[in-house]
Amino acid sequence: MPKDAAPPPLIRVENVSKSFGTFQAVKNVSLTIDKGEIFALLGGSGCGKTTLLRMLAGFEETTGGKIFIDGQDMTGVPPWERPVHMMFQSYALFPHMTVEKNVGYGLKHEPMTAAQRQDRVREMLDLVQLTPFATRKPHQISGGQRQRVALARALARQPKLLLLDEPLAALDKKLREHTQFELMSIQERTGVTFIVVTHDQEEAMTLADRIAVMDRGEVKQIGPPGDVYEFPNSRFVAGFIGSITALEAVVEAIDGVRTRLAVPALGGPVQARSVAGLSVGQTVTVAIRPEKLAISRAPQTGDNVFEGEVKDLAYFGKDSLYRITMPSGALISVHAVNARRSAEGERVVDWYDKVWLSFDPTSAIILTA
Amino acid sequence: MASESRLYRWFNRRGWSDIVLAAPYVWLLVFFLIPFLIVVGMSVATRTPTAPPFGYGGENPLLNFEGYHRLFTDDLYIRAFVTSLVNAAVAMVLCLAIGYPMALGLTKVDTGWRNILLMLVILPFWTSFLLRVYAWMGLMGKNSWFNNLLTGGWNWLVPQDWAVTSIPMMYSNFAVVLVMVYTYLPFMILPLYANLERLDPTLDEAAMDLGTKPFGVFWDVTLPQSIPGIIAGGMLVFIPAAGELVIPTLVGDASSPMIGRVISDEFSQARDWPMASAVAVVLLVLMVGPTMLYSHYQARAVGADDPK
Ligand SMILES: Nc1ncnc2c1ncn2[C@@H]1O[C@H](COP(=O)(O)OP(=O)(O)OP(=O)(O)O)[C@@H](O)[C@H]1O
Ligand SMILES: [Mg+2]
Repeated sequence: MPKDAAPPPLIRVENVSKSFGTFQAVKNVSLTIDKGEIFALLGGSGCGKTTLLRMLAGFEETTGGKIFIDGQDMTGVPPWERPVHMMFQSYALFPHMTVEKNVGYGLKHEPMTAAQRQDRVREMLDLVQLTPFATRKPHQISGGQRQRVALARALARQPKLLLLDEPLAALDKKLREHTQFELMSIQERTGVTFIVVTHDQEEAMTLADRIAVMDRGEVKQIGPPGDVYEFPNSRFVAGFIGSITALEAVVEAIDGVRTRLAVPALGGPVQARSVAGLSVGQTVTVAIRPEKLAISRAPQTGDNVFEGEVKDLAYFGKDSLYRITMPSGALISVHAVNARRSAEGERVVDWYDKVWLSFDPTSAIILTA
Repeated sequence: MASESRLYRWFNRRGWSDIVLAAPYVWLLVFFLIPFLIVVGMSVATRTPTAPPFGYGGENPLLNFEGYHRLFTDDLYIRAFVTSLVNAAVAMVLCLAIGYPMALGLTKVDTGWRNILLMLVILPFWTSFLLRVYAWMGLMGKNSWFNNLLTGGWNWLVPQDWAVTSIPMMYSNFAVVLVMVYTYLPFMILPLYANLERLDPTLDEAAMDLGTKPFGVFWDVTLPQSIPGIIAGGMLVFIPAAGELVIPTLVGDASSPMIGRVISDEFSQARDWPMASAVAVVLLVLMVGPTMLYSHYQARAVGADDPK
């Protein structure tokens, strides 16, 4: 055994499936999560995120596969015996109890004295900055405060794993951004492992150490936000995270790290970074993110340079979004930072301008799935 | 013309909303408060051999409180009140004990079944109430299969020398409570069901998630939230049961009548309308007390909405 072997993962999900009747909500999902991680489950509506979470919490039995928490097989372990707490999408605060009672609810099952319990509740209320609201009922506080009560309640018993189902969905944009950072700082201070469900990719990127992208019950890709963004392994992931232009292509030549592709939409060959398992003549997709393209009114030459015309542009101040029509009729999106202030009289890229697009071979992503 | 348009304007401004708001008060005034005041008026009148059989003044004081005096001194009335309240309370508790699990069960079955079961709860109302009481009289009678069954069960359970030939059920408070529970059970189930059905099932999951076993979840989460339903159902059973006339008359013990029977007898047999009215007024006050408490409690619960 190597001396610096990584500690065993806190959560191990092995080939887990879930069917409702004939409908498969979760298909053969495997993943591991380390202690102290923030792990995001990202995917569109109905892709099985909540179902997977409910299986971790013990509300749904798996119809295939196994879940291990801290090495312990969770099959047949009821929710009340799992070292896992959930923060529900609707918060599920007890309406007949005060904020204080809600937060302390889980502690009545702990071997603690009343004083210890009270201390813990106080500590939790402090953590989420709700001490002045301790004696209010849930309907007497705001949505953001309720969200924090739910968080404090779920954290009070010091779970090994906290499941958060769209924790920020009910908050408005500004509060959501603020709360994202608050969640991260609370996670850092408590050291509890978080699994956060979201369908907001920005939220996933901001919060998570690693992201699992789900589609129709399957996990498509797992990795740190940067990897998932820069190295998507499928058209679905590439399109789901960030925006992207995907074009059909045929492999023409493979030369070590470079692959030449014929891309009819661009009207010329594209040099791209090779990926494993390509063969000449294979039909693939080449995808490129709008911010990876350079746009210029001055004629350019070289590899990966294409001429087009500005069809549409949106100016946002610090950056602009262009839509370029290629001679083939294809539309390419370009996202450019307005790094220079245009001098008076100097023309910037405008509607119907002829422009040259260029990109680095490493920016072109070859997708086979 | 001018006045007409003024009226018209007044109407547009606030007429409709005032009328709509006033409707329930008018209803209460005409069908509750005025009749009640008539009864109160009658309760302080003096009995006469005329028709109607009461009057004011004459040799007697204008306001004659003799009815109330008798009511609190003659133990016939006190006993009738106690019998009524005890029977009604027992019926209410039994309805709650039987109805609560049924209402809770109704919320757990899927919707198709639920509608059928709800129908079954209401189904007895399709048969005449009187007929159903007569049916119970048949069942409780000495030679019915029901009585034989119970007798057989009793004789099988107890030692030989306790054996009986039949169980005397009819003409007892037991029979009254049994038939009242049967009759009023839907009035307990329906408000409870309406209350329980509105509860959020994710609250149960949240409690389980925080370490509580299912029975504890019922105790911590379901029961406290169903208190309004329990109170509503309890009052819907208790109030009519306390004033019940037909059931005790048909299956009850004539030697310890319930208060409804006393009122009826005073009115029609004794033709002592003031006495009957006095009993009715006291009964009403006894019933209104808990109702007021309930609405006070509810108002407080609602008033808690604005943070202090
Ligand atoms: N109890 C159930 N019975 C039948 N089908 C169900 C049940 N629960 C979930 N499903 C189905 O399983 C699929 C996945 O549902 P799930 O709630 O996990 O989606 P989700 O990814 O959380 O979506 P959202 O982002 O909208 O919350 C959906 O198609 C849903 O209709
Ligand atoms: Mg969901």
